[in-house]
Amino acid sequence: MESFLNRYRNITVLLLVLFAQLVLLAVDAKNDQHVRFIRVWTVTVVSPLARVMEGMRMSSIGFVHNYITLHDADAQNRRLQAEVDRLKLENIFLTNQLNRADNAKALAIFQQRTPSKTIAASVFSTGIGSSRKVVYVDRGSASGVMREMAVITPDGIIGKVTAVYPTASEVLLITDPMFAAGVISGKTHARGTLKGTGNSECKVDFVAFEDKVDPGDWFYTSGDDRIFPRGMPVGVVKSVKPGQPYREIMLEPSAMAAGSPDDVLIVLEGVHQDIPDTPPASQQVYLAPPPPPLPETSAQAAPPADGSAPAPPPAPPLGPGTEADKLRTVYQKAADAEDIVLGGGPTGQNIKRPPDFTKIPVDPRTLPPGRGVVPAPAPAATPSAPPVPKKSAEPPIPTKSTAPTNPDAVRRANQAGGPGGIPQL
Amino acid sequence: MSYSDSRMLLSSQREGQVSRFNIWVTILVPFLALLFQIYVPLFFRFLNFLEMPLLVVVYIGLMRRNPISGLLVGAAVGLAQDAWSKNPLGMFGITKTLVGYFAASIGMKLDVDNVLMRFVLAFFFYVFHQSFYWVMEHALLSQQSPFDMPAWLGLGVLNALVGAALFHFLDKLRVTSR
Repeated sequence: MESFLNRYRNITVLLLVLFAQLVLLAVDAKNDQHVRFIRVWTVTVVSPLARVMEGMRMSSIGFVHNYITLHDADAQNRRLQAEVDRLKLENIFLTNQLNRADNAKALAIFQQRTPSKTIAASVFSTGIGSSRKVVYVDRGSASGVMREMAVITPDGIIGKVTAVYPTASEVLLITDPMFAAGVISGKTHARGTLKGTGNSECKVDFVAFEDKVDPGDWFYTSGDDRIFPRGMPVGVVKSVKPGQPYREIMLEPSAMAAGSPDDVLIVLEGVHQDIPDTPPASQQVYLAPPPPPLPETSAQAAPPADGSAPAPPPAPPLGPGTEADKLRTVYQKAADAEDIVLGGGPTGQNIKRPPDFTKIPVDPRTLPPGRGVVPAPAPAATPSAPPVPKKSAEPPIPTKSTAPTNPDAVRRANQAGGPGGIPQL
Repeated sequence: MSYSDSRMLLSSQREGQVSRFNIWVTILVPFLALLFQIYVPLFFRFLNFLEMPLLVVVYIGLMRRNPISGLLVGAAVGLAQDAWSKNPLGMFGITKTLVGYFAASIGMKLDVDNVLMRFVLAFFFYVFHQSFYWVMEHALLSQQSPFDMPAWLGLGVLNALVGAALFHFLDKLRVTSR
């Protein structure tokens, strides 16, 4: 038996193994619940290595992919860097455009609100050389710009026009050492002269030592220079140093805080405004151009020598111009209503008939103060009516009740007015 | 090994060269073959024709020249392959058990170091494997799979080519002794 097994050992083992597997196959084919452990063992043993292989595969693929990708990464990097640079420039350009649009909008709003007549202009060039702080704007004499016109922004003054060309103008910035303008402190009304220093700051000269100015105070244009309308912001005081006899005040221009602006306004006709933070009583200041001196200002204080009635109290002006202009306007209206030319030729020759001055409304405010003007007579029933002057050295001013009906009197009055047509008062 | 170039049949079993392998090679190589079979075709479907576990069983059977060792290796590899398949356990086990046994038996008679002999044996055992598996499917599981002998012959050639190369590689891992 032993020799038989030794002789047929191989085939015996084969048959046993085959038989075992046939049993296994039969059981598994019927129900795999009993032999599931073989699959579990096999899968448990093989799957970790499979995961390792998968990891190696992914790593290899990643390495190859990265190698292929990085093969042209340098060129791609340069291309992308150029693209980024281009986009950065485009972003800066668009940001500037947006800021400029906002500035233009603010400028338009300010232009509508400011009482001064202005014209918008764009800065298109700067002056050559570092010593001069000038820019050029795209408005010239064709747009009505003249030398010494103020250039402003909503934030404050920028400079003044120093040279005018047909389509452009040269603007001297307030930071230029040659620039000067009259300024006034908004808090204490200390007056001084703004001067450029050549850098970003300006100085205010000629502020008396006794005038109180502190850092943080605002300065405004005073209008004394006849260039900048009064009340325009100039800047804020940065430092104040005592000095004799004037203080050393350094000021930061408010309109130049962000550099030279791109869009400005040129003041064609300036209108003075109030100084902010000024007491209300002193704000009611009319800043019209100074009137010509009156020859008979002393007569206003003294009563008429002929015993005429005292002049009515002076009234506030009604319209633009001087008192003489207003009186002339009254007479001119009366003459125009009757088609009469006053002062148009030799004495009385061009006057067919005298104007009816009785139609001129008597308004005390239209009469210059201190003149020997007779107010309208009171009705007869009024016993307190002032006396009517009987005689005057000069032609009387016609009033509603004392209008001269004599043509000679009218002629004399016109002669006194001269060629200009202004009656001699 | 010049003698093997001149003849393919051994006059006696003593002329045969018994190859021995380290234990880790005996375990790892079938394991990697199984791993290759279940993993590589996932990404390279055209490699699905390769029957790497079969080639490993044939190689071990041929080189060990021990029928019991060959049939045990075949049974283990076959059962592991069954575990990854949807078929009942034992289909690949029985088939590869026979392959391992016959490979070891033939290895005692033939010069298995000859490349042509390796190619022929690899081709033969592939066809035998596919045919016997088909028979078992019909006989034991009553499955009606097609009997596609031309395809098996063609795939047998391809497997034999890969087997010849694989055997050459596995020769590096053996520890030879007379």
